[in-house]
Amino acid sequence: MIEFKDVTKTFNAKQGAVHAVQDVNLKIEDGHIYGIVGYSGAGKSTLVRMLNGLETPTSGSVNIDGVEISALSGAPLREQRHKIGMIFQHFNLLWSRTVLENIMFPLEIAGQSKADAKKKAEHLADLVGLAGRETAYPSELSGGQKQRVGIARALANDPQILLSDEATSALDPQTTDEVLDLLLSINEKLHLTIVLITHEMHVIRKIADHVAVMEAGKIVEQGPVLEVFKRPKQAVTKRFVNEEVTPSLNDTTVVVDQLLEKYPNGTIVQLTFHGDQAKLPIVSEMLKQYPLDLNIIEGGIHQTQEGAIGSLYIQLTGDQDQISGALGYLKKMRVEAEVLNRE
Amino acid sequence: MNDQGIGSYFQFSNVDWGNMATSTWETIWLTLVSMVVVAILGIALGLLLFETTDSQNVLAKVLNWIVSLFVNVFRSIPFIILIVLLLPITKNLVGTIIGPRAALPSLIISAAPFYARMVELAFHELDHGVIEAAESMGATRWQIVRKVLLPESMPALVSGITVTTISLIGYTAMAGAIGAGGLGNLAYQDGFQSNNNAVTLVATVIIVIIVFIFQFIGDLAVRHIDKRA
Repeated sequence: MIEFKDVTKTFNAKQGAVHAVQDVNLKIEDGHIYGIVGYSGAGKSTLVRMLNGLETPTSGSVNIDGVEISALSGAPLREQRHKIGMIFQHFNLLWSRTVLENIMFPLEIAGQSKADAKKKAEHLADLVGLAGRETAYPSELSGGQKQRVGIARALANDPQILLSDEATSALDPQTTDEVLDLLLSINEKLHLTIVLITHEMHVIRKIADHVAVMEAGKIVEQGPVLEVFKRPKQAVTKRFVNEEVTPSLNDTTVVVDQLLEKYPNGTIVQLTFHGDQAKLPIVSEMLKQYPLDLNIIEGGIHQTQEGAIGSLYIQLTGDQDQISGALGYLKKMRVEAEVLNRE
Repeated sequence: MNDQGIGSYFQFSNVDWGNMATSTWETIWLTLVSMVVVAILGIALGLLLFETTDSQNVLAKVLNWIVSLFVNVFRSIPFIILIVLLLPITKNLVGTIIGPRAALPSLIISAAPFYARMVELAFHELDHGVIEAAESMGATRWQIVRKVLLPESMPALVSGITVTTISLIGYTAMAGAIGAGGLGNLAYQDGFQSNNNAVTLVATVIIVIIVFIFQFIGDLAVRHIDKRA
């Protein structure tokens, strides 16, 4: 288990003290994929780098399985670092080494024999889907392949924890998803804890089970991903969630305005689903019971690690009583239904 | 008597080819020996400069200051003055102030600081993220030097030593003029002082060829090592 206790980090810059991390308390259970999300400068990178001693807290303590990492230095710290893998936004591979030699690098550092290291590296190359590319140099690989090398390298010393520092931020959307799938399968296969920092809510939704939202060095909100998605309390969390759940909210507003004008008789309703309801055929059941015409304006349902979440804008036309009945049915099924009124 | 016009360049009958071969060999020997020593010393000093830059440690700061001063001072002294300045030290160190061996101390002392700066620059130009990645894996400083700094900056180190070696060839000729042997010595004594322009021309051509060969080998090595493209 990872534990941050009252952790604060202050940098002394020329302009004065910079509070990169302030009073952070955080527990991360073994085997979890814990996402830390925030805009750049929120302090998430500094926080994560305390886990392998690349940064030391100004006050407070950082513990991994009862060992106070923040108090270690020299050989004991290096020993701990062998057990913590890290992947980076810009991969940080050695260009002078082949794929296989890059994966062997941490094994050499840990003092393994060349033969053992080679065998292990071949296995890892296979695990991350790079079989057949072992003799290629990083410059001959695509971004996604480079990150696969980064992941294999991070796994070389059988770490208990994998740190991911914006590992998908330099990749295109499709490659991002492939790399995230790989991380998810590694988490399941090897039961290691993954701590990932990102500014993309998409990454959190896709693989994290817990999330902490950081702003100005503080954790402003934390909990299971779905909880935070469902009822975002802080403004910054709402911004992240909105970005993700209704990616084109502004467009939708325009469409809704147009539809309100175009169909004066219709009723425009915004439905919000969290979790289990999104799996049920609620809308189709509603139409069977209340014969109405339904026009879908805009919508998005996302799968998270703990269930689905999303919103749907629909236009209902027909008898006013039937519409009232339908809205009552939705309420009964615990779908949030908000009727958008004309101004 | 020798013709003093342009035609004098081509009176190859005046060239003592045995002497020419000996002098060529002396130049190559001087260049190679000083190159090896300069490479080792330059990398060591460059590493010392790199590792002590921006350090919080007082000892490291002092060391950085001393090495920087040494490097800057010896880089600014014109070579011809350095040789004369170092004559007593050379006499002590090598036992003589004449011949190729006597030229070595001044060649090395003038070129090593020059190369050390190049080495330091090469290390600074490495992506800091790669060094940090090695640190995150628990690498020691020495492992980082051996497995990251040196191999990752190798193309810059090799092209740096190529440039340094070529200026070393120039210095050997200058050292030759005051008695260190080699092609510079030959061109000065047998060429200039004996009014034998053909000797000067031949010595020049051979030096140009040696420079070209070193440049070619250096370029070839860089192209072979560099896997970034």
